[in-house]
Amino acid sequence: MNDSRAARLYRLFVSMLSLATFTFGGGFVIVSLMKRRFVEEMHLLDEDEMLDIAAIAQSCPGPIMVNAAVLVGYRVAGVPGALVSALASALPPLVIISIIAVFYAQFRENRYVAIALQVMRAGVAAVIFDVVVDLCRGVLKTRRALYILMMAAAFVASVLLDVPATTIILLCLCVGACQAAAMLLRARKGGRHAL
Amino acid sequence: MLFDLFVSFFQIGLFSVGGGYAAIPLIQSQIVDRLGLLTLAEFTDLITVAEMTPGPIALNAATFVGTRCAGLGGALLCTAGCMLPSVCISLALAYVYYRWRTVSAVQTLLSALRPAVVALIAGAGLSILCLAVLHADLGALVAGIFAGALPDLPDGFRAIEAVLFAGALIVLRMKKAGAIAVLFGTGAVGTVAYLLLGLA
Repeated sequence: MNDSRAARLYRLFVSMLSLATFTFGGGFVIVSLMKRRFVEEMHLLDEDEMLDIAAIAQSCPGPIMVNAAVLVGYRVAGVPGALVSALASALPPLVIISIIAVFYAQFRENRYVAIALQVMRAGVAAVIFDVVVDLCRGVLKTRRALYILMMAAAFVASVLLDVPATTIILLCLCVGACQAAAMLLRARKGGRHAL
Repeated sequence: MLFDLFVSFFQIGLFSVGGGYAAIPLIQSQIVDRLGLLTLAEFTDLITVAEMTPGPIALNAATFVGTRCAGLGGALLCTAGCMLPSVCISLALAYVYYRWRTVSAVQTLLSALRPAVVALIAGAGLSILCLAVLHADLGALVAGIFAGALPDLPDGFRAIEAVLFAGALIVLRMKKAGAIAVLFGTGAVGTVAYLLLGLA
């Protein structure tokens, strides 16, 4: 990317604003939209980075969308990028809810609004499934039985057993920490530098 | 009073780990129980509106409560209070992540998190699909099936949404179309379909 800093911040702002405007549903919805926009369409991040950002955003306090926006913004344009990105993620709810707070009764009873919002969920689901197909392929490509098993277990825990996302991420973090510790121990035994 | 609001939303932002639905009980305890700014009925309406509109529930609540209490200034103040903790903490973690992520031990640690995140995204997709096509909550559906009861589907199977989902997925896979364009398209085509079929 050779464009000037201002142009970069502007593109970041516009992209984040448009994503935040059309994000219905929970935090992982915006993560799939961000993945499509910033990884596939703009090539600003790679896929692994986006997944790391999702895990960090989920583990930080506060709305996942704001956290993910800060992390992506920081990566693209440093601290100014993070602030611009956070602002862009907060503007749509601010504007839309301010208006709705005034015309609340009319909004709630409008049939067309209700239909449009209902059918758009089908589109949101399609975007997520499209992203999940690529991400799944990425995990399968590692050819690590442990990772594939962890993915399946996490899905079962989240969908069938209703385990909170934070708990799932913490458990996987423990598995990763054990692996990292084992790796460091092996390296030390081998007489090489740990890192 | 404005300071109270700011502090309340600062706490909501700070303690709602896991986003979205984790924030609901916190908002309720701060805004309904502690400050008494909304009745429980108004709070339920707020959740409905928050689900119908884009953006995180906590930010929607901040704007809604702030506007009600002190107009636009209130909305800005509550939103700022709600975002301040997460922006600071995420920024610190962003620094740590990009400083250390190439270290091989950190790589190993992060690699173990990625499969879980993929699974969580898949779960989120499945629950939205369930809501769109069956108009039912995935969690309630699963609980019902575990209990041996056939799920109660008030609206049955929604063919229009199912077709829209399949169509949107095909367009996304084949044409590599922009996600926002696909969302807009789904909204437009679906609304027209409902109106033409006289289901509205």
